[in-house]
Amino acid sequence: MELARVPLRRIAWRLVEGIDSTLLMIILSLSMLGLAALFSASYDNPARVVNQVANLAVALAAMWIVAQVPPQTMMRFALPAYAIGLALLVAVALAGDVVNGARRWLHVGVTRFQPSEMMKLALPLMLAWYFHRNESSLRLRNFVLGGLLLAVPTALILRQPDLGTAALVGATGFFVIFFAGISWRVMGGLALLGAASLFPLWNFMHDYQRKRILTLLDPTQDPLGAGYHIIQSTIAVGSGGISGKGWLNGTQAHLEFIPERHTDFIFAVFSEEFGLIGNGVLLTLYTLLVARGLMIAANAPTIFARLLAASVALMFFTYAFVNMGMVSGILPVVGVPLPFLSYGGTALLTLFIGAGILMSIQRHRQLVQT
Amino acid sequence: MHSAELRNYERELHQFHLRIGIAGVVVLVAFGLLAARFFFLQVVRYDDYAARAEDNRISIVPVPPNRGLILDRNGIVMARNYSGYTLEIFPRKVASLERTIDEIAELIEIQPRDRARFRKLLAESRNAESLPIRTRLNDEEVAKFAANRYRFGGAVEIKARLFRQYPFDEIASHVIGYMGRINQEDQERLEEEGVDANYRGTDSIGKSGVEASYQNELHGITGFEQVEIDAAGRGIRTLSRTPSQPGNNIGLTLDLRLQQVAESAFGERRGAAIALEPSTGAVLAFVSKPGFDPNQFVDGIDPQYWSELNNSPDRPLYNRVIAGAYPPGSTFKPYMALAALEAGKRRYNSTIHDPGYFEFGGRRFRDSKPGGNGVVDLYKSIVVSSDTYYYMVANDMGIDAIASFMKNFGFGARTGIDLQGEVTGVLPSPEWKVKRFRRPEQQKWYPGETISIGIGQGYNSYTPIQLAQAVATLANGGMVYRPHLVAYIDNPRSGERRYLEPARVHRVPVRAEYIEFVRRAMAGVNKEGTGARAFAGAQYTSGGKTGTAQVIGIKQGEKYIESRVEERFRDHSLFIAFAPVESPRIALAIVVENGGFGARAAAPIARTMLDYYLLGKLPEGMSLPTPEDEVEEEKESD
Repeated sequence: MELARVPLRRIAWRLVEGIDSTLLMIILSLSMLGLAALFSASYDNPARVVNQVANLAVALAAMWIVAQVPPQTMMRFALPAYAIGLALLVAVALAGDVVNGARRWLHVGVTRFQPSEMMKLALPLMLAWYFHRNESSLRLRNFVLGGLLLAVPTALILRQPDLGTAALVGATGFFVIFFAGISWRVMGGLALLGAASLFPLWNFMHDYQRKRILTLLDPTQDPLGAGYHIIQSTIAVGSGGISGKGWLNGTQAHLEFIPERHTDFIFAVFSEEFGLIGNGVLLTLYTLLVARGLMIAANAPTIFARLLAASVALMFFTYAFVNMGMVSGILPVVGVPLPFLSYGGTALLTLFIGAGILMSIQRHRQLVQT
Repeated sequence: MHSAELRNYERELHQFHLRIGIAGVVVLVAFGLLAARFFFLQVVRYDDYAARAEDNRISIVPVPPNRGLILDRNGIVMARNYSGYTLEIFPRKVASLERTIDEIAELIEIQPRDRARFRKLLAESRNAESLPIRTRLNDEEVAKFAANRYRFGGAVEIKARLFRQYPFDEIASHVIGYMGRINQEDQERLEEEGVDANYRGTDSIGKSGVEASYQNELHGITGFEQVEIDAAGRGIRTLSRTPSQPGNNIGLTLDLRLQQVAESAFGERRGAAIALEPSTGAVLAFVSKPGFDPNQFVDGIDPQYWSELNNSPDRPLYNRVIAGAYPPGSTFKPYMALAALEAGKRRYNSTIHDPGYFEFGGRRFRDSKPGGNGVVDLYKSIVVSSDTYYYMVANDMGIDAIASFMKNFGFGARTGIDLQGEVTGVLPSPEWKVKRFRRPEQQKWYPGETISIGIGQGYNSYTPIQLAQAVATLANGGMVYRPHLVAYIDNPRSGERRYLEPARVHRVPVRAEYIEFVRRAMAGVNKEGTGARAFAGAQYTSGGKTGTAQVIGIKQGEKYIESRVEERFRDHSLFIAFAPVESPRIALAIVVENGGFGARAAAPIARTMLDYYLLGKLPEGMSLPTPEDEVEEEKESD
């Protein structure tokens, strides 16, 4: 009896050893809220909830595995992951499948796969590794090259076109460059240059392109198309009031006024049913999540670990901010899911792997102190 | 040195922590912004949004556009719209569909076919908001239902909808095509093209013919209204409106009267007839028999009619002009003559003695005329349609030379006519056989196979539109035009008319003199040859060529006796023609399935069509059908 219990305990210990409990609690809370909202949004198809639970299980397993991998090992994956991701993006541009007017998918045997999703982590990994390698002699030209490493995949994703993913990938890469210490002056200069180039660009555009951009900025111009989502989702959020209509009582969601209510617009369902209080809880959880991530970054021992952790933490932030901003009508509608809440296995996998990376960095913080 | 490095490291770390701090502040500010937005929406504007959500006060109602008209070349309307009332069920608001339909039936007549159609629609379009249980309600029925509407609690409503209407019923049905409800597949295609928003409120779409190939032009732009509605979804007042913009009108090159003449000349027979304007490629008549009544498809087709159409051995939904492939028979000979001239294998005066057969490899290829035609030169070979002559021509030329020459006239390739569903047919060649067959012994090309190619038999198989395009090319002296059905597109909003330019494909590499010779020989066919009987007494000159295509193979030493062969296995009757010979205004190709000799079935139809087109002469006892005007005139939808 005694003998049998000892290894069990050891195995249990081994299982939870690498897991950051704070991070795990936050993520699980978010996931539970997501399941609740998804259950409400899936009255027509309850099997979705079961699917999402399965997705969560897979994602948790992936997170656990990644959390066991020390950052030094991750560094070895940086270059190959980036190169493969880039090659796949080129393959998509040449031979991808078109779904809903965008070329994003690549056929792999029986299933389809979206290489841009993989770039969300491969790019920060690559950039963090690159800056880590050149740590002792960081000059302007390193930042220029870093900018190129960022610009190429972002441009490829933008061309698909997939505005949401391009924004996420671009932002995540930018965070690495920012934390690597690019000078404020260079950043300011680039910002000015970007702003100044908008005007000639506008003059060069066709009328239909201008119209498309204007609709993106002001969806009410197109109430049958893009604007319909926003008008209805704003009504959903607003009508939630302080305490919400209560779980499963959202009329906007249940009368099918909210399109994409399982995926990108699940926040509208959540917000309608749980109100300002629910939104407060959600914002608090996201703030804690990002704060925990930044704290892990601050304590990380190597440049690689620091840059990677900080950019993953801010990736969570970007997801959450862009999605909630879009659903509540202050940001243009681009396809970005709400992290840990939206339905969909791929996005969930990326997010949990991101969390796994943070956990690994936190766990291995003392091991390579120089 | 060491301490400097350490200091450097500390400075870097400090800088990193500073930036982490900055990022933290940005995150807090951004989330603060969101919190402020939530506060604004959920507290400050709560009353407004709550009211809007609670009774769904504002609903955006799409206003479907008026579909464009389809007109013939003389402005006769062939497809238009009328508005009518339908009774629609909202399946999601109903507990039991059967019971609801029973309740409706107490008020308004519901026939078994209405129920059957409703079930079919329900199965096809699972996401539809509402589906019609009855269409074309009369005023009395509308009034009767309106008085009892409250009993259904918003689950059954009367809707005014625009319906497509085809005043000439079956005439030109394969040109016009038909409309059907937007199904899952259509919906996905619309989403892929990014135009699905423009189809909100629209529930039918062109499925075939011009209705399908010019769908984007015909559809128009959907308008929308912001309507204030009560909790039951009833409109109270319109807050704002953007009117819909009607679709473009399509002007066809088709001459409806010529079409009517051709269709009535066909009678009950099966087959295809197509007439082209040689100088442009414009389609003047386009007959595929049997046709169908596109009106039957408009408000959801009755399943019984649908299964009749699909199961009929005559295949009325099958567009024979572009999707039917037939051996051209002897109508292939003029092109073979051209090929032989151009290749230098024959001259005008090359003669043979025709004993009534051609022997090759121990096998006798029989002539259709027992005993043969005696001494035959190139001119006579076309006029009397000598098989022996062309067995020899084919044998002398070889399959590769024939195939590469025929390609110039468009044989075995899609013409690119502006309709969907065109097939390529088969221009036989050794390469084609390799692609077509799997087993090596099947892939091999046997020299004996070349011989029947010469008289348009064997693997030869072309669509009627290809036959017409080729004879039009002969008629105009060698220019290949892409056949087209649409002459112009009218934009009713701007009043602008856009003409579609005739599309030249290429000039065939054949000397003009040779083409002229073959045209003369074809004129001889109608004067003194196999077409002479059908064209006796014509008041214009014309060129033609008869053709008879075998449907079943006749064994060596066996004789084809028409009366002994079952109707479906009788020979197809073909005829190609152009007129007047000096400057052709019309070229045509006709196939009468199982019609027997080309001279007997197909040539008289050609005569009737040419008589009408060139002289305005109607066949005896025929009067042109006029549109039946039983429904009210078109109304504006907005």
